[in-house]
Amino acid sequence: MHLLSRKGRSTPDLLFDIFIFVVAALAFLVVAYPLYFIVIASVSDSTLVSTGQVLLFPKGFSLFGYQEIFQDARIWTGYKNTIIYSVLGTALNLILTLPAAYVLSRTEFRARRFLMFFFVFTMFFNGGLIPTYLLIKDLNMIDTMWVFIIPFSVNVFNLIITRTFFETAIPREMYEAASIDGCSHFGFFTKVVLPLSKAVISVIGLYYLVWHWNDFFTGLIYIRDNSLQPLQLVLRDILISNQVFSEGAGSGGAAGGYAQRYADQIKYGVIIVSTLPILIIYPFIQKYFEKGVMIGSVKG
Amino acid sequence: MALLSSEAKRLDQAAAISTSKKQTVLNTFKRDYQLWLMILPAIIVVFVFNYIPMYGIQLAFREYDFSQGITGGEWVGLKYFEQFINSHMFADLMRNTIFISLATILIGFPAPIILALLINQIKWKRAKKTLQTTVYLPHFISMVVMVGLLNVMLSPNTGIIGHLMGALGFGEVNLLASTKTFVPVYVLSDIWQHVGWNSIIYLAALSSVDPQLYDSAKMDGANRWQIIRNVELPAIVPTIIILLILNMGSIISTGFEKIFLMQNTLNLPISEVIETYVYKIGIISNQFSYAAAIGLFNTLINFTLLILMNYIAKRVSNISLW
Repeated sequence: MHLLSRKGRSTPDLLFDIFIFVVAALAFLVVAYPLYFIVIASVSDSTLVSTGQVLLFPKGFSLFGYQEIFQDARIWTGYKNTIIYSVLGTALNLILTLPAAYVLSRTEFRARRFLMFFFVFTMFFNGGLIPTYLLIKDLNMIDTMWVFIIPFSVNVFNLIITRTFFETAIPREMYEAASIDGCSHFGFFTKVVLPLSKAVISVIGLYYLVWHWNDFFTGLIYIRDNSLQPLQLVLRDILISNQVFSEGAGSGGAAGGYAQRYADQIKYGVIIVSTLPILIIYPFIQKYFEKGVMIGSVKG
Repeated sequence: MALLSSEAKRLDQAAAISTSKKQTVLNTFKRDYQLWLMILPAIIVVFVFNYIPMYGIQLAFREYDFSQGITGGEWVGLKYFEQFINSHMFADLMRNTIFISLATILIGFPAPIILALLINQIKWKRAKKTLQTTVYLPHFISMVVMVGLLNVMLSPNTGIIGHLMGALGFGEVNLLASTKTFVPVYVLSDIWQHVGWNSIIYLAALSSVDPQLYDSAKMDGANRWQIIRNVELPAIVPTIIILLILNMGSIISTGFEKIFLMQNTLNLPISEVIETYVYKIGIISNQFSYAAAIGLFNTLINFTLLILMNYIAKRVSNISLW
């Protein structure tokens, strides 16, 4: 294996490579092991897990945790809400961000510099929690589904990434050629620019989607009605406030002991269930990451 | 990235030649009206949700009046600022907020750089790819899941890390409920979750280093450490500076969720920060004016850190915001 061959390699270099390899392996384990552990713990007997006997393989294989999770109405409501908010929210994000980024990428647009400042300024300064809350209240969006979709639907980081992509991928000559044929900006954007932008649409679409999926703050601050709560709030109840069972079991008696035995297994299972969609999409989108980040930042 | 510093300078220019700018915007309007239509929705959304609340800051100087909403009511000046400064929470909140922010920056910021330099040195392609794929993953789990993960794993009697601590002789320490361990757990778990993702941009910068620099360094007889120090690090300094400044904004705001979820009665003396206190005073007990005033201290801290970072950046390199 070429890694270990000493051909043309001095001792200090070899030691360095070994050092790098060891540190890299450690980094890998530190990150991978907890993730692996969650998976095996979610199908293992809770008592064995909590006494530290489950380390490399599941022990006392049991799917009880997952059964309980799929029977819990809160999980289903939360999942449904999160899917709705994420899909609608991301759609609105793209509808707003893509055209705006296109406009900002056109050098002939006179208000370009002013508008860039207008957007970038909001990255460093905002009104604060209370004024924002009161605004949402005055707009009557408290306790509605729209508070998950409409506010803050333009993320300036994503806007900049997209703008930079358009600047480099869509030269001015392309538009000029198209406009000679009678093409308007609208037409050019929809017929030429968008089809060429699959990479950047995937990247920022994913960024927005993951942001919506993981959003805990919006539901916490603006929603009191439990039927509107997204999955993250349900998770908070289960994982952090310890309300593992919807009937409130775990509070005592025979039911309490029974509940306690399985509470941890359910927690591990719930972590997997809620992150699963993201994990499934992950391999497909991974190839776009480095490209996307490179596009958006190092340039200029 | 000259993006931000040049944007700021251009604003000055734009202001100085405003008459001619206005003429040109109006002149080109007929030609560009479609562009204006395309960007208008984004402008409206940002204006409504980012700029209108900025006006709401004056609420801190007024007595909140339900019927007037965000425009506030009667002017009371510095009443609520004085109330906060004189309250028993003031010193603790300021100390905790600054301490946690600084710890996150000072320890959390170098980690992705080191990881990027490390990954860049790996020659074996499959190992490199595996490491990268694994290390990007935690970035995508949600804050709630992350803290939930911490709770189950660090729990002293039932968690696997709790067991590990016991085995190492630290059995008495409750990682989740001690004022001494809160900040280390907070910062280290932050690194665990985000170091991979954050290293991508440095890796991208490293991949664009001129190969000739490597060749000439090797010809001068540099060993691997020296190459890292003298070729690679200087190459990514611009990226480092820009990210440092850009991160100022996000560090403080995302801090709220994680701190809020990790808080419990036992670690509260060190985990209560301005944002979580504002949440309790404002959203929970509806003392809007008081909470708005407290929130401004957070803005003050953020701004001070931003100015400090910008100053340091200017001294160390040529790159800064202004």
